Amino acid sequence: MTSGRTSPTHQDAERALVAPGTGNGLADVFRSRFLLKLLVRKELRIRYRGSVLGLLWTYVKPGVQFVAFYIALGVFLGLEQSPTNRGGLPNYAVYLFSGIILVNFFTESLSTATRSIVNNSGLINKIYLPRELFPVSSVWVSAVHFLPQMFVLVVACLFSGWRPGLVEAYTAVAGFLIIALLATGLGLFFGAVNVYFRDSENFVDLLLMVATWVSPVLYSWRMVQAKAGDLWFSVYQLNPITIAVEAFHHAFWLPTTAGAEGSPPNLVTLWIPVGLLVSLFILFLGQWTFRRLEGRFAQEL
Amino acid sequence: MTTAIEIRNINKQFVLRHTRSLKEALVWLIRGRKGDLSKKFHALRDLSIDVEHGETVALLGLNGSGKSTLLKHISGVMLPDSGTVRTGGRVAGLIEVGAGFHPDLSGRDNVYLNGAILGMTEAQIKEKFDAIVEFAEIGEFIDTEVKFYSSGMYLRLAFSVAVHTDPDVFLVDEILAVGDEPFQKKCLAKIKELAAAGKTLIVVSHDLDLVAHVCERGVLLEHGAVVMDGPVGEVISRLRNR
Repeated sequence: MTSGRTSPTHQDAERALVAPGTGNGLADVFRSRFLLKLLVRKELRIRYRGSVLGLLWTYVKPGVQFVAFYIALGVFLGLEQSPTNRGGLPNYAVYLFSGIILVNFFTESLSTATRSIVNNSGLINKIYLPRELFPVSSVWVSAVHFLPQMFVLVVACLFSGWRPGLVEAYTAVAGFLIIALLATGLGLFFGAVNVYFRDSENFVDLLLMVATWVSPVLYSWRMVQAKAGDLWFSVYQLNPITIAVEAFHHAFWLPTTAGAEGSPPNLVTLWIPVGLLVSLFILFLGQWTFRRLEGRFAQEL
Repeated sequence: MTTAIEIRNINKQFVLRHTRSLKEALVWLIRGRKGDLSKKFHALRDLSIDVEHGETVALLGLNGSGKSTLLKHISGVMLPDSGTVRTGGRVAGLIEVGAGFHPDLSGRDNVYLNGAILGMTEAQIKEKFDAIVEFAEIGEFIDTEVKFYSSGMYLRLAFSVAVHTDPDVFLVDEILAVGDEPFQKKCLAKIKELAAAGKTLIVVSHDLDLVAHVCERGVLLEHGAVVMDGPVGEVISRLRNR
């Protein structure tokens, strides 16, 4: 900014009077992407500081969770298809894992983003910077943790005979985007509210506790449709997490099966765009609330 | 001369809320709403001030007179309830040294992180990196985690980053008392060098001798309003004779 002051008019333009402390929200985050990068790197370095396993924890945690769910639900409750259990889901392990890692990405993003403003109060109190950086970097860090799990999933799928096409690539990217946008939007909202009411983080914990269960991560969407009927099933489908999980199943699990199970009707053509729109709307709402509330962050923290 | 800071009739009230919990609110209702759940505190009252580029201004006043609150309005950390604040050029605060430092990162990482927090670009930090380390006298410890630094080293590095951000307007809040005496002198010399280079300085400090040394103009605040604005020597003598 300070370099390139060649002419007086240039300097005058730079020194035009503007009101401090009023930014452009997420657009400013894009402008400060160098700072975003450093914040993400910092978070990645300190998250597992002093631990022996370090970043390996990002494999161990979902791994253990996966095994527990697989044994309890797949084996004991009979969700996995086997010669003695024809009614189960084929390749249940892939089905379970592809859903779990996506929901874990959401859970980690939203939980850290909600706490990000209060946890960075030391900075927010003293220096003006686009405060959206903190929730956004939380989501980013979670995405970095999500990546190795994604890699494990792809390897497992390839061993199960997975040969992706263009549609699969589209649904995978869409599923990830839906969750990333949704987590950012909700993170902005609850992160800002958390400054005023610490109830916010407890409410988010509650929300995350049920997030795994209200989407078809552990069970099949057909069970919901059979019990709830078409109307309520459509309501169920409006949840962006549900759509994202189904998109992931469509991308990673369905091609490894004979395809008899199928995805919900109109998933690719209707529901995925709906999920993206709902997530975008929530992002917009989160940003709007955040900007309404951020003016008083410094005095409330 | 162009205007660096233009403040027009700003007011700021803080709500000192005692509680937000449902339980306390219920008790308050049952007891017949005795007392206030929240108390208001007028931190700034109808305050107006103009600062030109290149001026060195000391904000003076007793504790609680609104000096730091005013600085926070200039930096954009706080927004006024009414009135306007406008600033020209890049404003950077040496408001609290080391606010963005993380103890588990190395000195090098902290320089980059803090430089970026204070608004420097990647190229600017790279360019100034050696100067920052040299000024802080950290030397070989730059790749050591900051938590192993002595408190003096820590403050020196933080001050050094802040002072190398090269903004147009510098906000300085009680941070000149950094490190041992030789380093304090070095800091002071650096601040005066910035002033000589035409940077705008807004200084808050209770060290009146130091302020008289650095600044030309003094502004005396009392209960959130300007009560005197003039040459720093006169303002200081008024403050001392109260």
